[in-house]
Amino acid sequence: MSPKTLRGVQTSLLYLSVLVLVVSILAPVVWLLISSVSSTNALTTVPLRWIPDALDFSRYKALLSQEPSGFGETFLYALRNSLGAAFGATTISLLVAIPAAYSFSRFGRIGLLYGVLATYMIPPVALILPLYGILAALGLLNTVWGLALVYCTILSPFVTWLLKTNFDAVPVELEEAAAIDGLGRWATLLRITLPLALPALSTATIWAILLSWDEFFYALLFTANQNAKTLPVTIADFAAGRAVDYGLICAAGVLAAFPPILIGFLLQRGLLSGLTAGSVKG
Amino acid sequence: MRKWKALITLAAGASLVLGSLAQAQITLNALFMKQAAYSEDDIKAMTADFEKANPNIKVSLEFVPYEALRDKTIAANASGGYDVVLFDVIWPAEYASNGFLQDVSSRINKADVPKIFPGAWTTVTYGGKYYGLPWILDTKYLYYNTEILKKAGIAAPPKTWAELITQAEIIKKKGLVKYPIVWSWSQAEAAICDYTTLLAANGGKFFDASGQPAFQTGGGLKALEYMVDSTKRGLSNPNSKEYLEEDVRRVFSSGQAAFALNWTYMYNMAQDPKESKVVGKVGIVPAPGVPGLSTASAVNGSMGLGITAKSQNPDAAWKYITYLTSQPVQEKYAKLSLPIWKASYSNPAVTKGQEAVVKAADVGIAAMTPRPTVVRYAEISTILQKAIQNALLGKVTAKAALEDAAKQVKALK
Amino acid sequence: MTRRQQPTAWLMLAPVLIVVLGAIGYPLLRTLYLSFTDSRLTGLSQVPKWVGLGNYQHALSSPDFQAAAWHTAYFVLVSVGLELILGVLVALLLNQKFVGRALVRLLLIVPLALPTIVNAMMWRWIYNPEFGAFNALLTQLHLIGDYRSWLGEPGLAMNMVIVADVWKNYPIITLVVLAALQFIPKELLEAAAIDGAGAWTRFWRITWPGILAALSVAMVLRTIEAVKVFDIIYVMTRGGPADSTKTLSFLVYQEGFSFLRLGSAAAYAYLVVLVSVLLIGLYIVLLRRQERAT
Repeated sequence: MSPKTLRGVQTSLLYLSVLVLVVSILAPVVWLLISSVSSTNALTTVPLRWIPDALDFSRYKALLSQEPSGFGETFLYALRNSLGAAFGATTISLLVAIPAAYSFSRFGRIGLLYGVLATYMIPPVALILPLYGILAALGLLNTVWGLALVYCTILSPFVTWLLKTNFDAVPVELEEAAAIDGLGRWATLLRITLPLALPALSTATIWAILLSWDEFFYALLFTANQNAKTLPVTIADFAAGRAVDYGLICAAGVLAAFPPILIGFLLQRGLLSGLTAGSVKG
Repeated sequence: MRKWKALITLAAGASLVLGSLAQAQITLNALFMKQAAYSEDDIKAMTADFEKANPNIKVSLEFVPYEALRDKTIAANASGGYDVVLFDVIWPAEYASNGFLQDVSSRINKADVPKIFPGAWTTVTYGGKYYGLPWILDTKYLYYNTEILKKAGIAAPPKTWAELITQAEIIKKKGLVKYPIVWSWSQAEAAICDYTTLLAANGGKFFDASGQPAFQTGGGLKALEYMVDSTKRGLSNPNSKEYLEEDVRRVFSSGQAAFALNWTYMYNMAQDPKESKVVGKVGIVPAPGVPGLSTASAVNGSMGLGITAKSQNPDAAWKYITYLTSQPVQEKYAKLSLPIWKASYSNPAVTKGQEAVVKAADVGIAAMTPRPTVVRYAEISTILQKAIQNALLGKVTAKAALEDAAKQVKALK
Repeated sequence: MTRRQQPTAWLMLAPVLIVVLGAIGYPLLRTLYLSFTDSRLTGLSQVPKWVGLGNYQHALSSPDFQAAAWHTAYFVLVSVGLELILGVLVALLLNQKFVGRALVRLLLIVPLALPTIVNAMMWRWIYNPEFGAFNALLTQLHLIGDYRSWLGEPGLAMNMVIVADVWKNYPIITLVVLAALQFIPKELLEAAAIDGAGAWTRFWRITWPGILAALSVAMVLRTIEAVKVFDIIYVMTRGGPADSTKTLSFLVYQEGFSFLRLGSAAAYAYLVVLVSVLLIGLYIVLLRRQERAT
């Protein structure tokens, strides 16, 4: 095989693999989208027709309308609660985790770090009843703040761990140079280390938001109504409700996935540009 | 000095007024479910009417899936989250002996007792005490697709379970549908409801007189053998073992089943053109019987409303419960759930448009069989669910599965 | 570390320690205490009896616990294993130059950002035995003759849940590996190529050591998540058919909330923690050894 044909084969293989990848990612999601705009009767037709005869946007309309005690009201409140819990928890977790991760990275105490990380392994079922009591005593049951606080216990150990391993990759020499210039520890962290670890920070933020956006078990038991119920619980409710309208669940799913996908898109671009700037070499 | 006195009097007066205002405004937290029976809209409408009539009481409603109903009630007990909770017929024993619900025996209006179906009362009583008022009176009926039966040349729906098999065989042979019967045999309480119906039809018992498991013999064994056998012959939809009631409704409503066992609520939903392709073809009869043992069979799937042990406002909660369960309210919202009141069944406003349901209910409600009323029901149910699934999957015979389950149930005690 | 730095070090750790100790430490100790008692989840005031290791003994000898432990182990091994393989392969693919690469990388966010509950619903809908797209697709492609029940057969059900889980979670691994790949100097790979090192050698000698640290983080994370698996099971199968997808977390939930045996549930939970700790420990040892070998 001549080098030219070899390259041709390689390129075709590459594009074929990419095609398979793209289809495997998109197919289920596209089906979710199609289902969300097909009528119930179309969805329960056998054999299945892939393209619906008519597009039915009524579910999106229902979910986004403020009609009292409709699906929309429930859904929009849940959206608000999910946003509140996710951003609240993420912000607090980053604030507590950044200095801690730096401390672990530069001053050691790996044993303690494993201790902190170990708390992340504990299945929520093991904590749920005592936590329920704490939240009740603080009057935080069925509030977004209470939920954000509980999510911090999930997020901060893992954000700390993630940032610590990334701080490790930032060369100590840079900091030593800064120390010679007279910068203190906190200033070094803020001005030298953190900017260099910005990509890791984005990753940590994406994950923290996604994790709290995703959380189901605590939300299931700690929230009671639209004051605090988050999207996953609301969607599970839709699914278990009297009229299991698969189209409606799909539509709610599409809408629920939209904010985190958007955040992921935006932050990923930041992550990539931070890396391509090329100032950091391991 | 006088000024001071006046001020103090004023302040005292104001705080009194404010205090009484604060006392007057009561908020009740009530827990309901999203499945079957009354729709969320119905319950919201009833509650709005109640609040209008009782301006000092506000009710905050919460709707959760059936599966979460019990967990929420139990978890909330730690901190007193709810005042009024909906509970299933199988929970009072457990709730009562664990102190989750208030004993309301003294609040019951004795004159109402004979006016309500006895089957409904069993939903809220345990150990001779009342723990609430019945609200949803429900059982599973045999639904059939009139068009498919007509095409198969079947004149009348089955009166016995054996007849159901024969009819299903005809339908399958003619190729009208692939699997004529659909059930909810997922590993959940729904499977126990279907099993109980069959057990009752075959004259079975869950426990014998001495409290020992008896479901592994006689009617209980026949019930499971029927389930396994009909699946093996391709008459029962094999996917039944992953279905809940809503899946059954979907399959039946799409015209893919000739028969289905389901609760009352499916009748009106299967007649809704937006939800169903079998509008005008929905037949309903009581679940069949077994010659010599029963003429019809039914499971008691009723639910009641009770006051939680931690409720600070039991009086307001009781007022709300009596309102929801009252005859006029139940008759107004009778489309998805039939009233608990005997008199309602002769009220034309209730029966209109659902004569078939009422006719089936006449027989079904009288035949309602309870599931075991024991404190550790949840565990027994879990054991039985697994046994049923193992037998349906063909991993073990029905006999072996139930005998193993009986052994486990015995070990619980 | 100089003595002068000690206070700073602790000051920086303080916030995280407060959160962790306050909101996890107490519940954890409380649960530990419960695991040695016969405490029940009831409304009655009762003094729980101390039963020592009774709950643990009971758990370890219970066939249900053993079965759940096996299901969990299977779920963890297969799903994390597949996520690792797929994650690294896709990362390597996306590290190649091709038209539309940035777009495909963005696409990875989609499964990752899809809430687990939505993912579980979506796949349950796709697997639906009567109306599901999976059955329709496979029959229309003549890969299967008849509609099948994907979540109704033990064994198969677990594998189908794993497919749903892997589809959502391997992009996390891919993203992490992709980020790590950016740190590997291109010159190093080019130099190796010029020296005649094949693709395989270049991968094991240069790329793999380069991504190992980041990969280990992601793997540890995924393993922990997998051991705790609850929500996807809760939505897709609820532990059925015939308990074949009942994992440890689900069993703990059932023991505590369905059967009200708080003490015994707490003991189950601690055994889950133990399993996690052992697994993570194993990982760390393995990764360290590999790091040393390369």
